[in-house]
Parts: sequence; structure tokens; C-alpha cells
Amino acid sequence: MDIFLQQIINGLVLGSIYALVALGYSMVYGILGLINFAHGEVVMIGAMIALAMLQALASSSMPIAVIILLSLLVAALVCMALGYAMEKVCYRPLRNAPRLAPLITAIGLSIVLQNIAMIAWGRQFVAFPLQIHATQHAIAGASISDLQILIILVATASAVALLLLVHKTRLGRAMRATAQDHRIAGLMGVNVNTIISVAFVLGSALAAAAGIMIAAYYGLAHYSMGALLGLKAFTAAVLGGIGNLGGAVVGGLLLGLIESLGAGYIGALTGGFLGSHYQDIFAFFVLILVLIFRPSGLLGERVAERA
Amino acid sequence: MLSLFAHWQTLKQNPRNAWIAWIALGLLLVALPFLSDWTLGRSWVRILAFVLLYVMLALGLNIVVGFAGLLDLGYVAFFAVGAYLYALLASPHFGIHLPFWVLLPLGALVACVFGVLLGAPTLRLRGDYLAIVTLGFGEIIRIFLNNLNAPINLTNGPQGVNLIDPVSFGDFSLSKSHDLFGINFAPVHNYYYLFLVIALIIIFVGFRLQHSRLGRAWAAIREDEVAAAATGINTRNMKLLAFAMGASFGGVSGGLFAGFQGFVSPESFTLIESVMVLCMVVLGGMGHIPGVIVGAILLVALPEALRYLGPLQQSLFNKVLVDPADLRMLLFGLVLVVMMIFRPSGIWPSPTRQRELTPEDGIANQEKESVYDANR
Repeated sequence: MDIFLQQIINGLVLGSIYALVALGYSMVYGILGLINFAHGEVVMIGAMIALAMLQALASSSMPIAVIILLSLLVAALVCMALGYAMEKVCYRPLRNAPRLAPLITAIGLSIVLQNIAMIAWGRQFVAFPLQIHATQHAIAGASISDLQILIILVATASAVALLLLVHKTRLGRAMRATAQDHRIAGLMGVNVNTIISVAFVLGSALAAAAGIMIAAYYGLAHYSMGALLGLKAFTAAVLGGIGNLGGAVVGGLLLGLIESLGAGYIGALTGGFLGSHYQDIFAFFVLILVLIFRPSGLLGERVAERA
Repeated sequence: MLSLFAHWQTLKQNPRNAWIAWIALGLLLVALPFLSDWTLGRSWVRILAFVLLYVMLALGLNIVVGFAGLLDLGYVAFFAVGAYLYALLASPHFGIHLPFWVLLPLGALVACVFGVLLGAPTLRLRGDYLAIVTLGFGEIIRIFLNNLNAPINLTNGPQGVNLIDPVSFGDFSLSKSHDLFGINFAPVHNYYYLFLVIALIIIFVGFRLQHSRLGRAWAAIREDEVAAAATGINTRNMKLLAFAMGASFGGVSGGLFAGFQGFVSPESFTLIESVMVLCMVVLGGMGHIPGVIVGAILLVALPEALRYLGPLQQSLFNKVLVDPADLRMLLFGLVLVVMMIFRPSGIWPSPTRQRELTPEDGIANQEKESVYDANR
């Protein structure tokens, strides 16, 4: 029982990170119909910038909380600028291009970002510079650390803030209108270009937060960490119903749970034939099954066929 | 470069000049390994062989993406299947040593089966969704190859399979140098000519397919699936066929790759390989065979040529500022982005495709855009 509970806790932590990244995918897809393949790299850049800031400030006399907040802020700002620039330079000129063109651009962009990070921070893993002495709390035989609680709380707060923004504010209404129909939204006085930029900027800010969380959680960052994370988050977005923000959160949490429970029990289920190193396969199996049996995702509205 | 293509078009209209151009091209292809031995060095013969290998791969993917319009991001899986099949059945790993003649068709067949396996459940999906599922499929194959060394050692895990038998026809092994007509052919030359022959066959098959009933059916599906179905095309079977054919081309190239390298490991079959092949197709000009070939040549040669950035930096700044190996992928990514922004239909798109994509006036453009929106 305690192993089960422990895997659930781990799954929820991982899942809330996936959910944050998935929100960025879902927002952009909902508005533009574009899979922003470079989104995972934004997560990586966020983690790297935050680590660099922490390293630079670690020796200063500021209190730790201030240092962490400062690094978070800088990382989020850099990522927001990156998201804005990405959309403006690479995606906007291609809005009416053949559908494959933006996909290739996104792939090119993620190669560029990965290699910039590799040149700047090297090929080796970058260690998280602060010792996080996380206190472990015991709950019914399983344990949860302060850091895990913090990750879940921050992720929940960001997701709730985004959902409130989209569903309760004027800006959010404009975003939803743009997602439904660019042209009509434009005719109603919505500045479509601004809205698209906002979607990219908000998504990137969440990605930066996710990047810092994952770096703190594993204590490591690497220039290639974004690719797989991005794919899994995309899977989460599809699982929940892409374009649906609530769905992205649900999908992220579910995927986290499936992964950690799957990795925990696959050995026992297959009689030791497959081990926990197959963890990364679950995301793809889930993705394929969802797309075959319920392409609109769990919470997505039924669409006849996506073009 | 554009004027060169224009020149090519005019050449085609004059039959006599066209023949001369074809013969010159043929001679160039035959002489190329010796020319590069002479000028750039032996390492470039190897690169040329890889260019041909990627031409085959790109043409295989072109059937799926270019002809039938199905976006496949896991194409390297079929390449991996072909390569591993060859590796396992012609190496000391299992102690089986089947001849090349058996393995090449077998590789095509098995890859074809995998193509159908992937195709059958996913045919309902379109566009981006299909891309992601195929991507997942490619990753699953790679993860299995990486981990199937325990409890039964099938693939030898991350170490890969080595000591693979070289390609040989009877006693004529391609991995030994031979003296023919007083010329010494090194192993890499032998492979170059083998790849050249097979690539030419694949190019020929590609052209015949494109202009066959099958090719027209694929084009119809690509342009409008509903209309294609309405005119009596069995869209499901046609799409499956595209997947199977593309996959079998990939399987053949995989087998050749294994024989040429003598070593395969899961590292060679990552997502970035699939992406690379897709980029060759899209960058060259989707569905246009000469364009795809140009795309493959450019994308294999470009990263190699960018290796010279190291010496260049040395001469400019007296020291190497950035490791050229790091820089070349960065530049590669930049080239992709810039190309797509300024020439989204590829370097050398097919003339008909280009006409479809460049509307004659603003009204046509408006029309297109609204259709695009409604489809989403």
C-alpha cells in the first residue's frame, strides 16, 4: 500500500509539471492550430537561466528566498521574451503557408535553441546550485517532501490563475474569441496579433516555471531535457483534449500518474520481462491509444475530423 | 541557383541537349568518387555514399508525405527495422549469416509489415495528429531496441550489434578492395556504386509510381480526401499502400546501412533522424522527386561542409572560438527556419504544386484563407 501511495505522490508531482507545460501547448494550439514543437526547449531555457542566476547570486549575502524569487523572475522574463520573439519572427510570417512549413520551422527552432544552450552551458549535466534541504513528511507509510508540496502548490496556483484569466477577464474573452474564429474576432475589434503574442508569452512564462521545478526536483538540468518533456506534455495536452485548458491540467496529472504507476508496476505485471526503464514508453502508448479511440481527448469537444 | 533550375527547364525542351545533359550527369556520377578522392579526400567518398543512402530514405518518405500527404515523423523506425533485421540475421550475434540477396527483400518485406501495422490503426487521423502518433511509434521502436537485451538478449541493448557481415555477392565482398580494369576500387567505392545503382532503381520506381494510377490516386487523396473517396478511390487501401511502400524503401536503406557500417545501435535511429529525412523532403520540395534529391544532397553535405568552420575561425581569429561540431547543428537549425520563412514550398517545388500554392491575385488568396479556417 505504501508503495502505491508513494507512486501516486510522485505521479502527482510529475503530473503537475507536465500540466504546466501542457497548458502552453494547448493555449497555442487552441488559438493558432499550431503544434509549437519548440515549447519544450523554452522549458529547458527557463531551467538553464534560473540555474545560471542561482549560481551567480549564490555567493551574495541576500537571503535565499530573495535569490530564488529573483532567479524565477529573470527566467520567466527571458522565456517570455523568447516566446514573443519566436512567434513574431518564426511563426507569424508563416501563418498562411502550407501546413508543414511551421512544423519544420518549429523543429529548426528547437535544434537552434538546444545548440545555443549546449554552447552556453556545455554538454554535461548542470547541477542545481542550492542544497535544498527538503524535510520529508510521512503520510500513511509514504513520504512527501517540502519541495514536492511546493511544486504542487505553485503549479496549482499558476494553473488556476491562467484559467481565471482566460475565463473571467476581458483579455481571456478575446483569447477565446480568437480561438473560435480569427476573422470574426478581428471584426469584433479584437487585435488578433496581440492575442496570439499574449498566448505565446503566457505559455512561455508557465514553461519557465515548469523548467525551474523540474530542475529543482531532479537537481539537474541538461541542454536536451526539453525535447522529451515537451513531447510528454504534448501527449498530456492531447489526452485532455487539445485546445481545452482544463483538459491540459487533467491530462498532465493523469499522464504523471500513469507514468509513475506504470513504471512502478510494469515489472510485476509482465513477470520481470519489462522493467521500469520502459517508463518513457507509457506516454507514447497513451498518446496512440487516445488518438485512436478518442481523438478529441477526454474533455475536448467532439470534432468531426481535424484537418 | 534559381537560374540553374530555369536553365534545366529549358534544357528539357530540347531533346538533343537533354540527352547530352543526361549523359554528362551519368558520367559525373560514375566518376564522382574518384574526383572527390582527388580533390577533397577519401572521407568525402563516404559522405557521398551517405548522400545516396539518404536519397533513398527521402524518396521513401516522399511517397508517404509528398505523394499521399500523410505526415510521418517516425519514418526512421522502418530504417531501424531494416537495419536491425540485417544486423541480427547476418552477424555473430545469433550466429546466423544469411546472404545479402535474401536479406534485402526480407528487410523490405518486414518493414512493409511494420508500415501496415502502424498505418492500419492510425489512418483515421490527419495532419498534425498523425504526425504525433508516428513520432510516438518511432520512439517506441527505439526504446524497445535500446532495452530488449534483458531478460532475453535480442538486440544487445544500447551497445548495439557489431561485426555485421559486409555486403557480398558470392565471393565478391564489397568490403575488400578490388582491381578492375587496372583501377583500384576501395571498399567505400564499391559501396558507393552499389548505393548508386539501388538509388537509381528507387528514383525510377518513384517516377513510375508518381505517374501511375496509384500516384494519381495518392495525389487526389492529398488534395481532398472526401472528393477522392467520392470518385471511387479506396482511400483506406491507398493510404495503407503508401505507408507500406514508404516503409519498405526505408527497410531497404536500413539493410544497406547495416551492411555498410558493420555496426548498428539504437543511437542511429533517434527522432532527429526522422526529422532530418522529413526536412530533406520538405526543404527540397514535397512530392517533387528531383527536388527531394536536391534536398537530401544539401542536408547531408551541409553539416559536413560546416565542419570547415573550425579552420575558418582559426584563420580569422587565430583561435577556435566555438567548437565547430556545436556550431554546425546550430547553423543547420537556422537554415531550416530561414528557408521555411522565405521559401515555404521548398527549394525546387514541382511546377504544378507551385501553381497551387501561389494564388494569382488577392481574391484567390482570400478564398484560400477562408477555406483553411473552415477546415480547422
